[in-house]
Amino acid sequence: MAGLFKWFLQVASVTKFGLLSIPQRRGSALASVIGIAGVVAVLVSVLSMATGFRQTMSGTIPPDAVIVLRNGADSEMVSGLSRPETRLIADAPGLVRGSDGPLASAELFVIVDLPKRSTGTDVNVPMRGVERAAFQVRDKLKMVEGRAFEFGKNEVIVGTAAASQFAGMQVGGKIKVGREQWPIVGVFSANGAAAESEVWTDATMLQGAFNRGDSFQAVYGKLATPGAFNQFKDSLTTNPQLDVKVERQADFNESQSAAMTKMIDTLGILIAGLMAVGAVFGALNTMYNAVSARTREIATLRALGFGRGSVVVSVMIESLALALIGGLIGAALAYLFFNGHRTSTMNFQSFSQVSFAFAVTPALLVKGITWAAIIGVVGGIFPAVRAARLPIASALREL
Amino acid sequence: MNEPTKTNGPLVNVDGVEKVFRRGSEDIHVLRDLHLKVPAGEFLALMGPSGSGKSTLLNLIGGLDRPTRGSVSIGGERLDGLSDRLLAGWRARHIGFVFQLYNLMPTLNAERNVELPLLLTHLTKAERRKHVAAALEMVGLSHRAKHFPRTMSGGEQQRVGIARGIVTDPTLLLCDEPTGDLDRKAGDGILDLLQALNREHGKTIIMVTHDPHASARALRTVHLDKGQLSAEAVA
Repeated sequence: MAGLFKWFLQVASVTKFGLLSIPQRRGSALASVIGIAGVVAVLVSVLSMATGFRQTMSGTIPPDAVIVLRNGADSEMVSGLSRPETRLIADAPGLVRGSDGPLASAELFVIVDLPKRSTGTDVNVPMRGVERAAFQVRDKLKMVEGRAFEFGKNEVIVGTAAASQFAGMQVGGKIKVGREQWPIVGVFSANGAAAESEVWTDATMLQGAFNRGDSFQAVYGKLATPGAFNQFKDSLTTNPQLDVKVERQADFNESQSAAMTKMIDTLGILIAGLMAVGAVFGALNTMYNAVSARTREIATLRALGFGRGSVVVSVMIESLALALIGGLIGAALAYLFFNGHRTSTMNFQSFSQVSFAFAVTPALLVKGITWAAIIGVVGGIFPAVRAARLPIASALREL
Repeated sequence: MNEPTKTNGPLVNVDGVEKVFRRGSEDIHVLRDLHLKVPAGEFLALMGPSGSGKSTLLNLIGGLDRPTRGSVSIGGERLDGLSDRLLAGWRARHIGFVFQLYNLMPTLNAERNVELPLLLTHLTKAERRKHVAAALEMVGLSHRAKHFPRTMSGGEQQRVGIARGIVTDPTLLLCDEPTGDLDRKAGDGILDLLQALNREHGKTIIMVTHDPHASARALRTVHLDKGQLSAEAVA
């Protein structure tokens, strides 16, 4: 025990000399810190994009929300349901029943071209035709400006994210739907969900504008309890009059965002990985410089009786300390500049824009700092071994 | 602080030592069949021209390097039987080093530099402080305890180096050109100090020097030439 304490005392002493001498090597130390900060900043900010996208698509969906699509459809765009089919779905057991009937909304999903506020170029904006129950099915949906559209009228409401991302989306403005201009009468929020990127109107009016006859693409429902899912699903999938698939909305949205989040994650890790390789060489250079600059100092300590182990650990700790400083700076920069930053991108599953906010979560910060620590360890290990192997007798005479 | 090494023979026994360095394909014989005995309490000067092998011999005696052939024993303990780890511990307990360029840690003040070898002992902080104060007192630098090396003269830095060398009360004090980087006046001060440590405190000292003025202070001087002892003089 006393021996271990003595060893820690040795390590602490040798480490202290190393850390105190950093100001004499501030150039290379700073380069290493900046390199690692860059890696972490890029990694965390790119991954925060995927995290934010994922949170928008599925993070805010309650477990009692379900969606029904035609069997085989992997998105609303390629689904199709007739009105009689939507009635059979709404009447299935398991859904909440309100005073006006079951909480199920048959919906139509189309794309309209609108200019993006930041670039002025037209992008695909999702437009949804809904039934009256839609506002109870998504009970987190709130009007934040203006009023809800009236059923039977050519009016629209827009989500908060759509209002901020696309030009001319303020209350009192108009958007082109088919051949007509429809007035915007309100702005709604939906607890950060993807619906905030959409434009909503009466499904029947939208069918007319887009010549869709009496067809829909999906039915959104609210279960009586989350546990009623299997009952609802089984009754629909065993009904010979229907050929549909039933999913919890959170699962469906997760699958809708999977391709995009995977692509962003892969890209982020690829870019940060390449940068990390550079940062490892930066850290190696810094620590080789440190060992080189401290050759006589290290040899003196070894001559006095300090062990190889304490020298190795001290060099590693110094490398790790510089890396962690870089990691913390990078993580802080990513948080300050990107957390909550809103943008929109094309969701390839629905071919429409989804607006979302970058989310720099604690888990991402930990991931970034872990990367920094790995870079520090890899960058420190070879110089540490070199320091421990210095021939004492000749190193003592180094100037 | 350290138990004096108990032996009936000489404190230092260099027996048939050879040291060969390899440079490319060439073998360089730095020491050849060298024999040297140093009794406890001696102040020995090792003299010789550059490349004669005197510093190499000092490194072998101090356990900083290993002979190619032959053996070095200190207090009856053969160093070639010790692993690197044990040798490091042995150095910490038995050897005090004084270097030509002082080799002080620039980021530590005088007392922290002197304390360094004590970090390898089991002494408490208070005990370490006491030993450091005594060592600095012995070299006449108590008033400079809080000063950093860069604010000290060469002579003062070497005194700190000597205080660091003696703070653990080692069996043997090895000095490699201790006055080699100092002017005559400062050098004389250092030699006075080494002489006092030998005479008044019984320290066994081996000093490498090329300066006859310095070697004159030793009790005995041995000359090395081309890796072999060539002459010996007793004061």
